[in-house]
Parts: sequence; structure tokens; C-alpha cells
Amino acid sequence: MIETKGLRKSFQVGKGRKASTVEAVRGVDLKVGDGEIFGFLGPNGAGKTTTLRMLTTLLEPDGGEATIAGADLRTKPHDVRQLSGYVAQGGGTVDDATGREELVLQARMYGIDKAEAQKRAAALLESFQLTEFADRRCRTYSGGQRRRVDIALGVIHRPKVLFLDEPTVGLDPQSRARMWEEVRRLRHEGMTVFITTHYLDEADALCDRIAIIDNGEIVAEGTPDDLKREIAGDVVRVGLNGSTPTAVELLSGRPFVRKLEVEEDKGLRLYVDDGATAIPQILRALDGEGIAFGGMELTKPSLDDVFLTKTGRSLRER
Amino acid sequence: MKLLRDTWLIFQRQMLLVVRTPIRLVIGFAQPIAYLLLFAPLLKSAIGAQTYAEAYRVYVPGLLVIMVLLGGAFTGFGLMAELAAGVIERSRVTPVSRFALLLGRVMSEVVALLGQALLITLLAIPFGLTVNLGDVVLAYIMLILMGIFAASVSYGVALKIRSPAALGPIINTISQPLALLSGVLLPLALAPGWLRAIANWNPFYWATNGTRALFTEHPGDPSVWEGTLILIVLAVLAVVWSTRLFARRVR
Repeated sequence: MIETKGLRKSFQVGKGRKASTVEAVRGVDLKVGDGEIFGFLGPNGAGKTTTLRMLTTLLEPDGGEATIAGADLRTKPHDVRQLSGYVAQGGGTVDDATGREELVLQARMYGIDKAEAQKRAAALLESFQLTEFADRRCRTYSGGQRRRVDIALGVIHRPKVLFLDEPTVGLDPQSRARMWEEVRRLRHEGMTVFITTHYLDEADALCDRIAIIDNGEIVAEGTPDDLKREIAGDVVRVGLNGSTPTAVELLSGRPFVRKLEVEEDKGLRLYVDDGATAIPQILRALDGEGIAFGGMELTKPSLDDVFLTKTGRSLRER
Repeated sequence: MKLLRDTWLIFQRQMLLVVRTPIRLVIGFAQPIAYLLLFAPLLKSAIGAQTYAEAYRVYVPGLLVIMVLLGGAFTGFGLMAELAAGVIERSRVTPVSRFALLLGRVMSEVVALLGQALLITLLAIPFGLTVNLGDVVLAYIMLILMGIFAASVSYGVALKIRSPAALGPIINTISQPLALLSGVLLPLALAPGWLRAIANWNPFYWATNGTRALFTEHPGDPSVWEGTLILIVLAVLAVVWSTRLFARRVR
């Protein structure tokens, strides 16, 4: 449904002698299947939004190619616009217009006639459970309600692909869960949904497949489970009160430790083949040197661990 | 066809928003009325006019010009707010005509400004302003052209600089000298020769003279067609420039 090859974009920053080029997206290859919820995961500034803006015709790529629902991005931008919907991070509703007016206007901007636009607006208000507020001005809506209007605006022309940029940023947990439901419902109706997010739990719970982008490059791609399985073994977290350097020195050479990361909130993250045999050895090593530790926890690798291994940084700390 | 339909669509929406923010209208009306009531008596003695009617014939057209020019010049703020709110982006992902996105907005601003102009004209009549309807219609056409020019330039500048803090000073720096040198508040007949020589290079000096000739019932004055011609050229150039800017960031 979406296919990109070597998509690139760089920006000029500054002017005159101080000018420099920032390569925001450096060759992105993606393949998103029909009816998938595809998650595009990465820290702020990684190139998520730039990629999305290219795919929605808002930004012209410097290089590479892409097809969306069969339409070529370069030669048929008009078709791409008809076949895809886009919901920006900040939405785009006007304070002094009502939800219904916004939906009708958006439909009409897609070339739909007035009667049909009104019919579709009414139907969408119903399915997004917004009918009650439909004729109130958008400024009176709650964050969650406004977000639902945003999504409805993105699907009013019945696109095959829907691009959502950080759809749940700033929402309370309840509204977030609600938004996930809406996304699943749209997929159920046959839409392909492309979501950018920097929430790991969102990617994990909602997406069929994800790609991780860092510094403008895709560093991993697959289902959340596949990616986690790639990091075979277990993760042991050791809480430390000081003496971290000694502990690092003590443990990093051990054969059962595949990888060791220092967590910023004073602790260690050890990637081991088998947690059950590793924990007693860690205990003994620390005890032998008299190092006090706050706790020990055995977990399965999370998407954050995937992220950490692929990029050398934790997404959670940002 | 699509262009007209889309322009109408955007125009309707923008007009709806104008009506829904009455504070904008109130301020837009209050300012020129204050000028009309407070400045005209001053002008009467300054230019040595015998009657208020005489003073208003000089002053009202100038006031209309400055109101349309300055009012139009500040419309870029509205566009900036819309850019920040994502309204423009939301329109740009649709196949709606890019030209219509601009023109519909410009026309709604022009209509709002014309409403103010009409109010001032009507208010000045009890003070002794006498006008010929045909001439005033022609003068309004000139005002429409000025409004299109000012709003388009303002949109263009707003797209170029993208910082609301910088927009105000830039617009003031450009528009204040232009307004003064077009003799909108005081006729440049009062000015020394060198100042008039500079004003001769200001297109709005010509346009103001044309508008003034129409208000003083001299529709045959060459400044009318000269001013109109200059304004048509300026309005077309401004629309082309700002549509191209708009489209470049838009595709």
C-alpha cells in the first residue's frame, strides 16, 4: 500500500557563511502492506515528521521514490492526495468553526458536492460519537474530542491510507485508549494506517509492524515481537546506590553478560542469555566486593531494549 | 471552474470567521471613526478649508486609502495564526486549488475592509460630504485593487518570514512612509517641492490622487485612469508573487 525507496530530504540551516545542511531523512526504504497498522518509531528530530510530510505531498523529496496506494508521489501528487488522508500532530481545526462545519469544508476541499459532504459529515460525527458536540465551536471541545474531529477530517474522503502524526500526544490515558480503538476500527473498515509515535507502549499495543528511525535512517523493521525476539535472552536490571563504576568493571567481563548498559537513574541493565542462571552469579559477584544494591529485576526485552540495542540510546529517557 | 468553486468555498469560510469574531469588526470600525471625528476638524484649519464639506472631500478619500492599505497590510497576522494552527496544512493535503486558498482569503479581507470604507463614507455624509454615486463606485474599485495588493503582499511577507514578532515592524516600516508620501492624511500640495518629487515615485501617491479626484467630482482627471492602471499592475504583481510563494511551499 505504501512503498518507498531511498527517500531523502535535507534542509539548509542558517544563512550565508554559517549555513549548513542537515540531512533529516537519508534514504528511507519502507514497505507497508494493505490493511496494516504501521508504526514509525523514533525520538524527536529523527526524521519521522519529515518522512510523513513527504509522503503526504507537503514536502518535496530531494531524492528517492514512493508510491502510495499505487499512485506515484512524484508524478501523481494529485492522486496521492485523493487516496490518502493526513492528520498533523497539532490537528488543524479552527476555534470559531463547529465540528460539523469543519468536516463539510474538508469534504468540499476534496471536491465532494455539498449534499454529499453534509451526509458524510453527519455519518462521521455519528461513528466518532461527536454528534452531541457537532454544532458547538471547536474551542469548547476537550483535547480528546478535538483529536477525534482531527481524525474524522482525515478520513472524510474515504482514503485508502491514513497518516497519523503522533495521534495521542497530550491526551490523557482514557482518551489515548479511545484513540487506539478508533484506529483499530478504521483498520477494520479496510484502511491502512501509518502512525508515527515516540511512545513504545503505543507501538507495541497498536501496531502490526514497526520501523525504527534514528538520525534519518531506518535502523530496524519488523513486528514488535520479531524485533524483541531478535534480542535473544533476558534483561536483568540491577538498582545501585553509587559504586556504579566498580560494578560495571566487575560485571562487564563476565562470560554470561552479552551486553551491559548503564542507566541514568543509577542502575545497570544486563543483557544475558538466561536470567535464571545469571542472577545468582551477579549476586555473588556484587556481594563478594561488598557492593550494596537496591534491587534486581528480571524482564523480557521490551521495544525500548530493541531501540537501545539498535541506536545505543534509550528512547524512554528523552 | 474548479478555481472559482474553490475560491468561493474558501471565501465563504473566511467570511464566516470574520462575522464570528465581532471584536475584529468593532476595532476595525472604531479606529477610522475616531479619525473621522477627531482629525477632520484639525485638517479643516490646516488646509484653510472654508467648510467641513471641503475638508471631508480631501480627507475621506485619504482615510479610505490608508485604512484599506494598512488594514490589508496587517492581514498577514491572520495567515500566520492559521499556519501555526495547522489550518493551511490541512488544506494543503487536499487537492483544493492553491490559488483559491490565497485568493479566497484575500477577497474575504477585501470585503471586510470595504464594509469599513462604506461605513466611513456614509458617516461623512451628514458632515457635509457630497458624492456622485458613479464616481464613488469607481473609487471603490480602486480601493478593492489596493486591498488585493496590500493583503497579497502581507501574505507573501508572512510566508517569507514566519515570525509574528517580526511581521509588525516590517509592515510598519514599509507602510508608514508609503502612506505619508501618498498624501493620505495631508495633501502633498502642502509639501515642499523635494518631498513632492519623492512622492512622484510612490504609486500610492497616484492612486490617492485618483481616489481624491473621484470624491471631488473630477472623474475626468487623468489621475483617475493613471491611478487605476498602476493599481491593476500592482495588484496583479502582488497576487502572482504571493501565489508563487504559497505554491512553492505547497506544490
